[in-house]
Amino acid sequence: MPCVWHKRATAVVVHQVAERVEALGQFVMKTRRTLKGHGNKVLCMDWCKDKRRIVSSSQDGKVIVWDSFTTNKEHAVTMPCTWVMACAYAPSGCAIACGGLDNKCSVYPLTFDKNENMAAKKKSVAMHTNYLSACSFTNSDMQILTASGDGTCALWDVESGQLLQSFHGHGADVLCLDLAPSETGNTFVSGGCDKKAMVWDMRSGQCVQAFETHESDINSVRYYPSGDAFASGSDDATCRLYDLRADREVAIYSKESIIFGASSVDFSLSGRLLFAGYNDYTINVWDVLKGSRVSILFGHENRVSTLRVSPDGTAFCSGSWDHTLRVWA
Amino acid sequence: MSSGASVNALQRLVEQLKLEAGVERIKVSQAAAELQQYCMQNACKDALLVGVPAGSNPFREPRSCALF
Repeated sequence: MPCVWHKRATAVVVHQVAERVEALGQFVMKTRRTLKGHGNKVLCMDWCKDKRRIVSSSQDGKVIVWDSFTTNKEHAVTMPCTWVMACAYAPSGCAIACGGLDNKCSVYPLTFDKNENMAAKKKSVAMHTNYLSACSFTNSDMQILTASGDGTCALWDVESGQLLQSFHGHGADVLCLDLAPSETGNTFVSGGCDKKAMVWDMRSGQCVQAFETHESDINSVRYYPSGDAFASGSDDATCRLYDLRADREVAIYSKESIIFGASSVDFSLSGRLLFAGYNDYTINVWDVLKGSRVSILFGHENRVSTLRVSPDGTAFCSGSWDHTLRVWA
Repeated sequence: MSSGASVNALQRLVEQLKLEAGVERIKVSQAAAELQQYCMQNACKDALLVGVPAGSNPFREPRSCALF
């Protein structure tokens, strides 16, 4: 196993450096839209680049595309499996990808022809030997990155279904992944049940950095907007910030009163706020620099399972085991 | 497990460790300062942080109800 235990946050952490930064005021963030329609737990969601459409997937096998402004459902498809744990919007907005207990990642072109059956145009792209936990298009519709319960990540060509690169190194199920912002190059980060967060070179398949400071499964990883750091959310009830150039953990976001796992994390546009959804049904908003919680959002009636900030940072969407999605602003 | 297999595994581990040891690192204090600088520089564009002029956040706009 690579040496990772020396990377714990030491006395010099982000919030000590940020002592002189002005504290944030009170936040008023409310549910502005509630998307109802799933028949069971919402497991994953993703925004379209148009900052308006959302794709979500559920335990009942349904994948729905919503217009979040109007809350209308624009598309719906039923997968042949239950527990659709992963879904993603293509950069063009013309397709979605999804998968779960079928061990695959499939791409569905989005058509507005009412006579066309969305399921008929389904293309199977990725094949793993265990469940699909996460998927993401790269910066085009042509390639998809997947993470799986089989302990690997993989990069696939959408058109041919060919495996372009595989990423081995996690010692257990991989639960999440996030691509580096396009300016910072061809890397991505993954998190798993082995408590490790690993940063990969997409071209070589090599793990270039690894971090093992969490005490339980890492459910979510997300790059800081500059690409120089990433945050993680874990079943150990903490979120952490890792700086890639310092090669260590630089902040921990936790409170004694927070004892349930963090399932999903994302940053606001400037990176100052970290939104985290938890298994205790709440969303905590953290001041990334000062390490303090600035807000706690109530509303969901069951675990928050997925959370993403919109592409222009005007809102964020959360999905829950209570069958709904909420858009907050 | 034969000794040949474990020698290979150890060799791979050594290669991986060399790769990771070769990563150039900066001081945590400098890293933290740069994260802070990025926040400060982009704060004004962060709608969830500072809010936006009334009417320009599509989710905060009052929605009109059309009754047919």
